[in-house]
Formats: sequence, C-alpha cells, structure tokens
Amino acid sequence: MAKVLVVTSGKGGVGKTTSTAALGAALAQMGQSVVVVDFDVGLRNLDLVMGAERRVVYDFVNVIQGEAKLAQALIRDKRIETLSLLPASQTRDKDALSEEGVARVMDELREKFDWVICDSPAGIERGASLAMRHADVAVVVTNPEVSSVRDSDRIIGLLDSKTLRAERGERMEKHLLLTRYDRLRAERGDMLKTEDVLEILSIPLLGIVPESQDVLRASNIGQPVTVSGPDTAAGRAYADAARRLKGDPVPMTIPGEKTGFLGRLFGRRAA
Amino acid sequence: MSAQPKDKSSQKPALRFRGRSFLALSLAPQQPLDAWLADLDAWLERSPGFFQGRAVILDVAALPAIDVASLRSFVADLDARGIRIMAIEGGDAGGAGLGLPPAIANGRDSQLPVAAPPRGKPAPPESTTLVIEDPIRSGQSVFHPRGDVVVMGSVSSGAEIVAGGSIHVYGVLRGRAIAGIAAQPGARIFCRKFEAELLAIDGLYKSADDIDPTAIGRSVSARIIDDALVVSPLD
Repeated sequence: MAKVLVVTSGKGGVGKTTSTAALGAALAQMGQSVVVVDFDVGLRNLDLVMGAERRVVYDFVNVIQGEAKLAQALIRDKRIETLSLLPASQTRDKDALSEEGVARVMDELREKFDWVICDSPAGIERGASLAMRHADVAVVVTNPEVSSVRDSDRIIGLLDSKTLRAERGERMEKHLLLTRYDRLRAERGDMLKTEDVLEILSIPLLGIVPESQDVLRASNIGQPVTVSGPDTAAGRAYADAARRLKGDPVPMTIPGEKTGFLGRLFGRRAA
Repeated sequence: MSAQPKDKSSQKPALRFRGRSFLALSLAPQQPLDAWLADLDAWLERSPGFFQGRAVILDVAALPAIDVASLRSFVADLDARGIRIMAIEGGDAGGAGLGLPPAIANGRDSQLPVAAPPRGKPAPPESTTLVIEDPIRSGQSVFHPRGDVVVMGSVSSGAEIVAGGSIHVYGVLRGRAIAGIAAQPGARIFCRKFEAELLAIDGLYKSADDIDPTAIGRSVSARIIDDALVVSPLD
C-alpha cells in the first residue's frame, strides 16, 4: 500500500527540498521504491538538489496536460535504483497544476511506488495546498525560531482541514522534523528550545537535523546528504528519521550530544 | 406571438418572504469621532479582517447631533476600513438619505436563550457550549456567537476565539480571546497559562502590552469590573 507523504512548512528556506531529497534517498537506500515530486512549479529546485537538472526532458506540468506520459517524465536516480524524481516545470506557474490533473498523477504514482514524497512550495497558496491535498502523512519542517514555528502551526491547521483525508473525517498523520538545529545557540538561548517547539506544535517529533556544512555542500554538489555523507551527523539524523517514518523504533538523539537526553524526554512522543 | 399556452396553473415561481434572523455586530461610535476611529484602527491592526463578511449595524444613539453630511463621510470612513454598514440604528429615521444605509429600529441584544419554566416533563436544556478537543492553530478562527467556548488544548499565536459568552482554555492561551460579544458584560475568560496577544469582553479590550506582565505564564481569569477589563491570577 503506497503512502503519499508531503514535506511542508509554510515558511520558505527552512529545508523542505533538502529534507525531501534526504528522506527520499534514505528510504530508497532501505530498499523501498520512492518517487520525489517537485510541486514548486516555476521555482523548481529539487532537480538540482538531486543532481538531475541536466536530465529533465518532460515535467509534472507536461504530464498533467497530457503532453507526455508519466513514464517519460520520471527520472531514475543514477546512484539508487529504487529512487525516481518527477521534476516541476520552471517556465510555468502554479496555475498550470489542475486539481483533476494532480489527482490523476497521484493515483498513477501510488500504483508504481511504495512512497510518493511531495516537496511543497512555501506559502499557503495553490501550490502548497495541492501538494498536501492527497497526502496520507505530513512531515512539517521547522526551524527552532518563532516565525518558522508560527508558520508551521498554520500549516498544521490546514493539514487538519483542507486535505482529502481531513475532509473524509480521517486523521492526518503529522510529524515534526526540526532542522538547522544548532546546539550551541540553543544552549545560549538564542534559539527556541526543542521542548518549546514541541509544546507549541504538539505533534510527534520525527527527528532533529543539525545545522551543518555537510547539508549545504550536499545540496551544492547535487547529492542528498544521506548519499554524500551517510556518516555525517545530518546524514545519520535523516536516515534515522526515515527509519521512524517506516515504523522502526529508533531512539531520539539530539545532535552534538552524547547522552540521549532528549531520547529519554521525548522517546515516547517520537514517531 | 408566443405559442406558449396560457395555463392558469403555470410554473410561475411564487414570491416568498421569509423571516430570518442573523446576528449582527453593532458599532456604537462616540464623539470625538476622530479619536474613536483611531481606537478602531488600533483594534483592526491587531484583528485585521475581524469585520470581514460580518453584518455590521451602526448605532448612532450616542451621536444625536450628527448631520447627514458628516454621517455620510463617517460611513465612508468605515467603508474604507473594510466595514460595510448594513443599516443605521438609533438615529432619526427621516434624516438618513440617499447613499446611506437604511435606518432600522427595535434591535434586541442577542442573549442566551432563556430556558422556559419547566412545565410537566422538563425538556433537557439545549447546550450552547462549544467544546473543542483539538488545539486551535495559528490562522484559525472560532466564531461561536451564542454561548461559551471551551478549548481543551492550546490556542496558538495568530488564532482567534470569538464567543457570545465566556471562554475557557485548558492549554496555553497565546492568541486572541474575544468573549461576551452577545452583550454579556458578565462573560469571563479563563486560561491555564496566559500568554495572550489580546483579550476582549463585551467590547472592552486589552492588548498584551496593556496587561500586567506579572500575569504572563500564569493561570488567570479576566472579567469586567467597573467598566475596565481586569486580569487576575487564579493561583
């Protein structure tokens, strides 16, 4: 049974695309068949982060408008056999995504893959609402700062009201992925504490990814950080998060801390 | 020329009138109007869109001397703020003219329905309390004009509860709580942990800046005492 997962946040620049690539690659490395879908029509980036920008021929909009078959637009990853990308169109805008067209493509992807991971654009407008519309699971990417937390809170409200699942009266599964976490700044009190973010958003914690050069480098060389640096702190954090998504129990660790302090505190709340 | 048979029982639609009741918000400005508008602007800044899509009546009882021209420009001032006046109450009905909303009278304050005295088998009273189990997220607005609102979770920053009666929040109140809009000065606001952006009861409001900072983070109740909104700790 395929799962459709949306990676969303409300705010821009918090790490949605990076997290989509890293989680998708990590799940594929575990043998799951995965497609990552770029919903950011007009501002596409997922192809760059996945290192597939020179292989884009047809895109999501072409498939929706019937100009190409889904199989023609899907790009198979060169490193991981079970990972594919459905790129967005760079020359169009969000109006090119029709509600019926997105529904049709999502149904087709559900039949082909174990995981359909949708990279949502920032904001709460058409692109973001279509990206979350068909999701079974949401990963809410949040930075430990007030504006990001408030925007995530807004998005959680929309996930609970505007998705197909919510409209059918079913519960939407939501997970918090805390990114760009800086242990030293958290200790100095320059950032919101993890407990505060969890208390405000009150959804289970999927993982904490440290702010790191490895993540930036990975994006720039077009590799998901779980591929380019599986032994880096960020790579491990994403791999652990992917295992938790799959349902494996993995104790929660706070990046840069030896003891599993947060694991003891939040182990029960972690997905 | 029409070939249509003139049937007496033709499908001509019946003209129907029905009485329907809506809850309207009543604005009662006071002189000086400039200062009143400045207060309104301060309110709108914190609650943009509060009046959007809501029926608003202008109660001019406190402005007996206002002439038609100034009333017209005042209505335009409100319109410029997105407040569409649907009728004017309390004025001299004959004084209103073209380009002004119609005059109405005999409005009643909306209140909780009074239970009829039990006779024979007492029917169970209809609950007017709205209980919400989930947290109220930023950007969500709960509008319950006929009774109390009880929130089991937290109310986020940027969320809003508007209640005809009292508001109870068993989590953290970080957003806005507007109680007693059904002309209930006795309404109160209770919360387990107070970090609200704005409190209002029966039209009197206080923003976070105006509230005693020692109340922040504590369990508090807010109510009206002598025409002032008072926030006091519960513990």
